[in-house]
Amino acid sequence: MIPNTFEYHRPKTIPDALAVLTQHGDEARVIAGGHSLIPVMKQRLTDIAHLVDLQDIADLRGISVGDTIRIGAMTTQHALITHAGLSAAVPLLAEAALQIADPQVRYLGTIGGNVANGDPGNDMPGLMMCLDAAFVLSGPTGTRTIAARDFYFGAYSTERAEDEILVAIEMPRPSGGYAYEKQKRKIGDYATAAAAVQMTAVAGRVATASVAMTNLSDVPVWSAAAGAALVGTDCGPVAVNAAVAAMLEDINPGADNRGPVEFKRHVAGVVLGRAIARAFSRL
Amino acid sequence: MNDLSHDQRVAGLKGLGSSRKRVEDARFTQGKGNYVDDIKMPDMLFGDFVRSQYAHARIRSVDTSKAVALPGVIAVLQAADLAPLGLHWMPTLAGDKQMVLADGKVLFQGQEIAFVIAEDRYICADAIELIEVEYEELPVVVDPFKALQPGAPVLREDLAGQTKGAHGERIHHNHIFRWEVGDKEGTEAVVAGADVVAEEMVYYHRTHPCPLETCGCVASMDKINGKLTLWGTFQAPHVVRTVASLLSGIPESSIRVVSPDIGGGFGNKVGVYPGYVCAIVASIVTGRPVKWIEDRMDNLMATAFARDYWMQGKIAATAEGKITGLWCHVTADHGAFDACADPTKFPAGFFSICTGSYDIPVAYVGVDGVYTNKAPGGVAYRCSFRVTEAAYFIERMIEVLAIKLGMDSAELRRINFIRKEQFPYQSALGWEYDSGDYHTAWDKALNAVGYDALRAEQAQRVADFKAGKTRSLMGIGLSFFTEIVGAGPVKNCDILGMGMFDSCEIRIHPTGSALARLGTISQGQGHATTFAQILATETGIPADQITIEEGDTDTAPYGLGTYGSRSTPVAGAATAMAGRKIRAKAQMIAAYLLEVHDNDLEWDVDRFVVKGVPERFKTMKEIAYAAYNQAIPGLEPGLEAVSYYDPPNMTYPFGAYICVMDIDADTGVADIRSFYALDDCGTRINPMIIEGQVHGGATEAFAIAMGQEIAYDEMGNCMTGTLMDFFLPTAWETPHYTTDFTETPSPHHPIGAKGVGESPNVGGVPAFSNAVHDAFRPFGLTQSHMPHDHWRIWRIANQLGLHG
Ligand SMILES: Cc1cc2nc3c(=O)[nH]c(=O)nc-3n(C[C@H](O)[C@H](O)[C@H](O)COP(=O)(O)OP(=O)(O)OC[C@H]3O[C@@H](n4cnc5c(N)ncnc54)[C@H](O)[C@@H]3O)c2cc1C
Repeated sequence: MIPNTFEYHRPKTIPDALAVLTQHGDEARVIAGGHSLIPVMKQRLTDIAHLVDLQDIADLRGISVGDTIRIGAMTTQHALITHAGLSAAVPLLAEAALQIADPQVRYLGTIGGNVANGDPGNDMPGLMMCLDAAFVLSGPTGTRTIAARDFYFGAYSTERAEDEILVAIEMPRPSGGYAYEKQKRKIGDYATAAAAVQMTAVAGRVATASVAMTNLSDVPVWSAAAGAALVGTDCGPVAVNAAVAAMLEDINPGADNRGPVEFKRHVAGVVLGRAIARAFSRL
Repeated sequence: MNDLSHDQRVAGLKGLGSSRKRVEDARFTQGKGNYVDDIKMPDMLFGDFVRSQYAHARIRSVDTSKAVALPGVIAVLQAADLAPLGLHWMPTLAGDKQMVLADGKVLFQGQEIAFVIAEDRYICADAIELIEVEYEELPVVVDPFKALQPGAPVLREDLAGQTKGAHGERIHHNHIFRWEVGDKEGTEAVVAGADVVAEEMVYYHRTHPCPLETCGCVASMDKINGKLTLWGTFQAPHVVRTVASLLSGIPESSIRVVSPDIGGGFGNKVGVYPGYVCAIVASIVTGRPVKWIEDRMDNLMATAFARDYWMQGKIAATAEGKITGLWCHVTADHGAFDACADPTKFPAGFFSICTGSYDIPVAYVGVDGVYTNKAPGGVAYRCSFRVTEAAYFIERMIEVLAIKLGMDSAELRRINFIRKEQFPYQSALGWEYDSGDYHTAWDKALNAVGYDALRAEQAQRVADFKAGKTRSLMGIGLSFFTEIVGAGPVKNCDILGMGMFDSCEIRIHPTGSALARLGTISQGQGHATTFAQILATETGIPADQITIEEGDTDTAPYGLGTYGSRSTPVAGAATAMAGRKIRAKAQMIAAYLLEVHDNDLEWDVDRFVVKGVPERFKTMKEIAYAAYNQAIPGLEPGLEAVSYYDPPNMTYPFGAYICVMDIDADTGVADIRSFYALDDCGTRINPMIIEGQVHGGATEAFAIAMGQEIAYDEMGNCMTGTLMDFFLPTAWETPHYTTDFTETPSPHHPIGAKGVGESPNVGGVPAFSNAVHDAFRPFGLTQSHMPHDHWRIWRIANQLGLHG
């Protein structure tokens, strides 16, 4: 429960942080809230010689709400819940953030750390795919933007290069009904299954639907087919069943202490069905 | 004070029955507690273990060279270093022995292999990483039934050829003992001829007490005066002193054991762990204080677990539901070493209380203890020895019988309760229940929850479920328990040969305040609050002016410590008795001062009054002063007393718990709607503390029933080594409790108190579990093992075909 010795860096600007990363290569890691990183360091599951703390970099903070929403990577999960403009514009964010860990974790844990981490248990990545967010990455050669839906390709492996820093998250302002439904064993637990749904309707019929799920594969799962199954329907049982069936094609849960695969697949369907119903009811 | 009314004087004492605020909380709530890890000494070293990655393996080699070369590392101890001192193995409380450091092989994951001693805990952690252990893996057995099969791997090679253990014959190389109580033939005959027999395997899974503060110690050997001081998380500091003396050869007079503030014990801190032994040896070798503190994973993986009992039961009854006999066989998984903390003659603790609250004419219990490749332990996690297993067993068997009979289980309980006039009641398995009034408690409980209305609501819910109107089920979990606590009579209860009496020593100071020291040690129970209340009522000194001290063997009288709800039944009795000795002497002093005969005085709250002359009296305060400031013919100066109390019997608290639960059949999520707890713990010393104890114990019961477990995979890897997977409920999950009481004093205890700290765990687990079972009873469920986490509840629904 005691990490290896490491060198601690606390740069004030993004270029300074990038310089440390470039200098030390894979020996260096950035730390945001530390609530995913420090536990693995304490168990010595990872060996980091240079820790680059992002706390002092003002350019990684800030939330702006317009037609496009921009959230600085160092925004805490607590801020996602309490920022009035943001929770009005993207209520799905606050609904999900409230189901992450507990207040103590949320005071420190950041949205950037949550999406950059690449842990399939994290709630924000699936949510970002659902909202069609994009991640702004800054590296030694400049800045690029990658869609959340293209970012994840395995547990803890993402499109982000080791010498890049996630600077901000951008997303179009969503509209319509939304829901984040999560089943967990207790406060502070990762999801047994969780579903994010955002949808719009015209005259009682679903016009657009975006559906993603968490902790049911080694990556967050955004199911285009599940969303498509809802479009044009009244979100009745047939449509919901079709969406669930489509999602079940796309997930691939593993057994763990939360339960065996059959249980998770069943609960995934139930949780998704409830999320869809709640999102539709909010239209 | 003399102007106060009688009632005002009583209230001012804050004695028995007062909901006095806990005096401990001022420091605990302000972060001013003093726990073992707060102890810092000049030159103190830190020690920690290299632990086994495997559940069963031969140790080929341990290469410590890189670690020893690390600056700041003082030494690395291995079994070979301890062997010359005879300390590479140590005796367990259960008559077995346990490796202190791996002696040739390891028998469970997390077992201690080497002890690194370094300047601080950080260097220690680095050094542990540098130690290379070469293992040769051996076949693993984690299932006690497989462990007893003929070809099963041999776990304990040290016992090769030993066909006798501490508790009689061993029938297999992985067998520890067989313990039998009751009338086997008689019971089997009744079962064979009964109208109705319900038979079931009831498993009480392995779990862990998981106190907030893990175990640890600081050992300090002073080479100048030859004195060893040991601070640690000890629920029984005097026993630790005796064991330390026996193991080390240091005279007991040169060992001081101190339990500072303890952050919860729940049985986890009764035993002696390799860390204590290694810290002592390390301090003796280095001449410097050595601290050892477990981290959470160490604690969960290696330090004493609880339960792990497979209980095969048969319960026989007449067609009308009168129980005629109870048969039980337990396969008890003790892990790699038999390190249960039970009184010596009770290898399965007081499991034979398993006839519960019922008048069962004949019964039999057989227990086979088995070695497996799991951590040792088997402690009483917030219960008296194996009592929660027993209560769970009988309360499940009652439900299973009710199903077989097609009866309501509340009624089945009622017609089988021991009746009030049968007390003191002799149970078929040999216990004498001191007092009880079960019917009154049961009726009060059923009325309080509106039992009939709940059943009607449940019936409607089932109908709605079947009609497709809801996916939610409702369970009503009933539990009526009888505890057996306050071990115990010295004639049949001992720990390592020490009789289980307890003690109190009181000093009344000249100005009328007092100091009392006891052989017990609080770990959250609030002794400093309640024992002062007992004394306040006995001596007339306000509780606020009585200091209670425990836990320092240099000052406290010898006692057997705190576990098994024994503090109030035993040390509480000693306290009352010592208080009475004070009062007896005070009466003589008062008689002298008032110039009357002793017999002319009567006690009135806080004073002796001349009978019939209320204006002539001496208060305890005046008497105390007189005891020190004048020569009283025939009396020694001073006002002190000591009492060592050997209880004539155990006490038998009881209670009725009812849990109402809603269950989502599709997700397995259970929602505790209400939990009603009626406790009868005899005389109530402090109702607020009782309520707190019930809340805490019921929360642990909730955790155990609904998800808390120590699980292993087939390879013997512990799957629940962190609080992410080991369920410790937060305030969010914790149900709301309604507490209630009846008050049936113990006839043999000086103040009639019975003990309460563990009742809610004992009674709570069956209440929660029965609620889950009850929800599915209408669909054909008879038995499903705990813990009832989401997926296991879901599995019940799934197997009953409720998912369409
Ligand atoms: C008890 C507990 C329960 C939890 N439960 C949940 C839960 O239910 N759901 C959930 O989603 N999360 C949960 N978490 C995780 C928590 O939300 C973390 O805070 C979050 O996953 C990571 O954010 P962080 O700011 O703490 O990142 P850190 O731990 O500091 O970093 C995580 C990883 O991301 C990298 N990183 C961080 N910021 C950047 C950046 N700007 N650019 C590039 N890389 C970066 C780090 O190098 C590291 O590899 C839990 C944590 C705890 C301790």
